[in-house]
Amino acid sequence: MTNALNVTVPEGLPFIEFDREFDAPVEAVFRAHKEPDLVKQWLGPAGYDMDIDSYDFRTGGRFRFVQRNNEGEEYAFNGVYHVVRDNEFAIQTFEFEGFPDVVSIESLTFEDLGDGRSRVRGHATYPSMEARDGMVSSGMESGMSEGYERLDKVLTSL
Amino acid sequence: MIVDPTADDRLDRAFAALSDPVRRRIIARLSRGQATVNELAEPFEITKQAVSKHIQVLEQAELVTRTRDAQRRPVHLNAARLEAMTAWIDRYRLVHEQQFRRLDAVLETIDGADGGATRGKEEK
Repeated sequence: MTNALNVTVPEGLPFIEFDREFDAPVEAVFRAHKEPDLVKQWLGPAGYDMDIDSYDFRTGGRFRFVQRNNEGEEYAFNGVYHVVRDNEFAIQTFEFEGFPDVVSIESLTFEDLGDGRSRVRGHATYPSMEARDGMVSSGMESGMSEGYERLDKVLTSL
Repeated sequence: MIVDPTADDRLDRAFAALSDPVRRRIIARLSRGQATVNELAEPFEITKQAVSKHIQVLEQAELVTRTRDAQRRPVHLNAARLEAMTAWIDRYRLVHEQQFRRLDAVLETIDGADGGATRGKEEK
């Protein structure tokens, strides 16, 4: 049993929202977002290694990382952490360097559900509908070429 | 980093075509089956010419096709095109789903190693 990921893409508003529950305490989930060694293990599409230039998950900190696959394709991302409150909340900017100056603002809310469970809610605001649809689709497309088929198989077998 | 710029242009055109409420209603009607221009014009208080224009825009965006069926020339929905438009949302969902499953696995190791709560706050 996996926890379901809910994604909402509202019509006519440049937002994307998601929420996801975890069978782990909120402190652990927060740590997995904060510590670069842990972040590396899960963030980004499959088949890509994450090379971290900087990753300072606290208020006023910044990040930059590059995702690389075996074929040498590289995608770099950067942003700043506007606010980070441990185990509660974070707001960051997010820029895909392939589309410079198109910056989204993303918030993450960490919730304690008790009994060692937690929930993360995300909300991203893009500068325009085109930015939302274009950035997300092309970013995903480039990231996913090979990972998809594998994932599709996994998903259909569930 | 657009892998296939043509595909992206086509997607743009499709989104632009659907930005109009009349055209969205035409698409909704066609999702129930093919229809002629006359049939499509019926619910609207605009001229048949205006409806024809809307259909042309949808045709250019490859959202609909028209066949030669004697004089009728019915309009069909191009379902594959619509699916391509929603595909990016599905892709977003898949990437994130996959990512969060890896996060699940990471969280298990944190639990096992004891002390997300205690060890999580050390740095700063």
